[in-house]
Amino acid sequence: MAQPATPITIDAESAADPVLSARPENRVWKKFRHHRSAMLGGVLVVFFCAIALLAPILPIPDPAATDWGAVRKAPSAAHWLGTDELGRDVLSRLIWGAQASLLAGVVSVAIALGLGVPLGIVAGYFGGWTDAVISRCTEALLAAPFLILAIALAAFLGPSLTNAMIAIGISATPVFIRLTRGQVLSVAAEDYVESARAIGLSTPRILRRYIFPNVLPPVLVQATLTVATAIIAEASLSFLGLGQQPPSPSWGSMLNTAKNFLNQAPWMALWPGIAIFLVVLGFNLLGDGLRDALDPREH
Amino acid sequence: MLSFILRRLVIAIPTIILISVFVFTLQKLLPGDPVLAMAGEERDPQVLEFLREKYRLNDPIPVQYFTWIGNALTGDLGISLRTNQPVLELIGEKLPVTIQLATMAMIFAMVIGIPAGIFSAVKKGTVTDYVANVVALSGLSIPNFWLGIMLILLVSVKWKLLPASGYVPLSEDPLRSITVMLMPAFVLGTALAATLMRHTRSAMLSVMSSDYVRTARAKGLVERKVILKHAFRNALTPIVTLTALLFGELIAGAVLTEQIFTIPGFGKLVVDAVFNRDYAVVQGIVLVTAVGFIFMNLLADVAYVLLNPRLRKQ
Repeated sequence: MAQPATPITIDAESAADPVLSARPENRVWKKFRHHRSAMLGGVLVVFFCAIALLAPILPIPDPAATDWGAVRKAPSAAHWLGTDELGRDVLSRLIWGAQASLLAGVVSVAIALGLGVPLGIVAGYFGGWTDAVISRCTEALLAAPFLILAIALAAFLGPSLTNAMIAIGISATPVFIRLTRGQVLSVAAEDYVESARAIGLSTPRILRRYIFPNVLPPVLVQATLTVATAIIAEASLSFLGLGQQPPSPSWGSMLNTAKNFLNQAPWMALWPGIAIFLVVLGFNLLGDGLRDALDPREH
Repeated sequence: MLSFILRRLVIAIPTIILISVFVFTLQKLLPGDPVLAMAGEERDPQVLEFLREKYRLNDPIPVQYFTWIGNALTGDLGISLRTNQPVLELIGEKLPVTIQLATMAMIFAMVIGIPAGIFSAVKKGTVTDYVANVVALSGLSIPNFWLGIMLILLVSVKWKLLPASGYVPLSEDPLRSITVMLMPAFVLGTALAATLMRHTRSAMLSVMSSDYVRTARAKGLVERKVILKHAFRNALTPIVTLTALLFGELIAGAVLTEQIFTIPGFGKLVVDAVFNRDYAVVQGIVLVTAVGFIFMNLLADVAYVLLNPRLRKQ
């Protein structure tokens, strides 16, 4: 019976370091857990997701309920963050607005992933004409600035939150095509993929078992960072009147109204901006932390 | 060098063709009959048919595309439905305003971002580096339209230091023109400063661990000389390339900045066109911006070759 020719050895340094000796998934998680700013980002994201999900059961006033007796009231015990030009509670609108922002961020990135990753895999793995066509289209889309493209698409599709999400999703797709294609090109040249081909595995199986899992980590990092970009893009489109339509609350449209009352009610502009800043910062910190945790060179 | 530029121009052609197809398709995907939008209240079938014939809308779609792209190549991007002005003329009128804003914003970005990046790299791992990184990430996370609103609130409404809106042409009163543009340019420049800072830091870090920097130090050169003359000069190549590539972000950022500060530039033209359903203008803007972006990419490539002596010799 043939025995393994060489015993597996672990050098002393790796064995002593729990981070280095752990399984890859555990190692990434451990590095991530020790990344302080990433954890802060995670806390911010979880906090905003929680308030968005819990909005219907939180003891807050109806975000659409107007009160003509409390128009543009400064923050007080009755209205912690003040009221807007129609007497609506700013805190309540801020909490419900989190739903629109997070939904837009996640859905548009899901659209970009759903379109970009398969196209990137096809372009990178099959090469030839398929790659040439997909790559040229990607370059063409990348030539138009992200927000200009999103504005043009939202304008042509018509103003609504759904159309804004589609417009942002399509505008973000080329980045994922390019990233996935690049990753596939490097993974497909690895020996284990060659071996899988040599033993006669089918193309879908190779793609599913060997290519996709190895393409995933950088795509995941990019997706997290793109959620941040998408949230700002949705706020920008809503600010311009191309996203969430009134009376439904969204942080961008709240800022759009607030800019007309800067002198009389500055609090109307303050809180939505802080909310956008914190949630975007959260996703950016999370993305940076994920990148560091997944980078084998960083210890 | 000339053959390099020509080669890059040839590569750009298919991209530009694809963009034009994309822009044209956008218009065709529009719901409703464009002739009805053009005719306004008029519903006389003869008038509608006349308009259809005039704008060659009865032609097959590929023929329509070639007519449109043929006109675009001669500078005819159509007529604005709202102002009845040729689209290219309209863009030509607004572009200088945005170029002034973008140039001032880029100056802000470079003055803040590059020194902060160098400083952060030199002080790697210290509190200074940590603070610089936090500030840069915050700069990336602040929506610039909110920063604009907050600055108007503080600088214009509360302290009354700078005007909240308006535009004075540079040729009319240069000093006043620059003063009015200071706040919008700062707002637009901060996000870019953050990006520049992060890239300068990483370019400096990779250069500072190289052999020639170690040699410069071993020769006994003053640290300031090592950093500025040996390290920074070599880190400059990726920074210059990135600066040219930030053009897209500048134009996109200008859309919102011009909206907040009521600056009659390219960005405001986009938003007004979108709300007036002036699709010829929207199409023209996307096409011109994309071609401009490709041109800036080309400039970035040329700068990359010019700055790198090894590539220049090839």
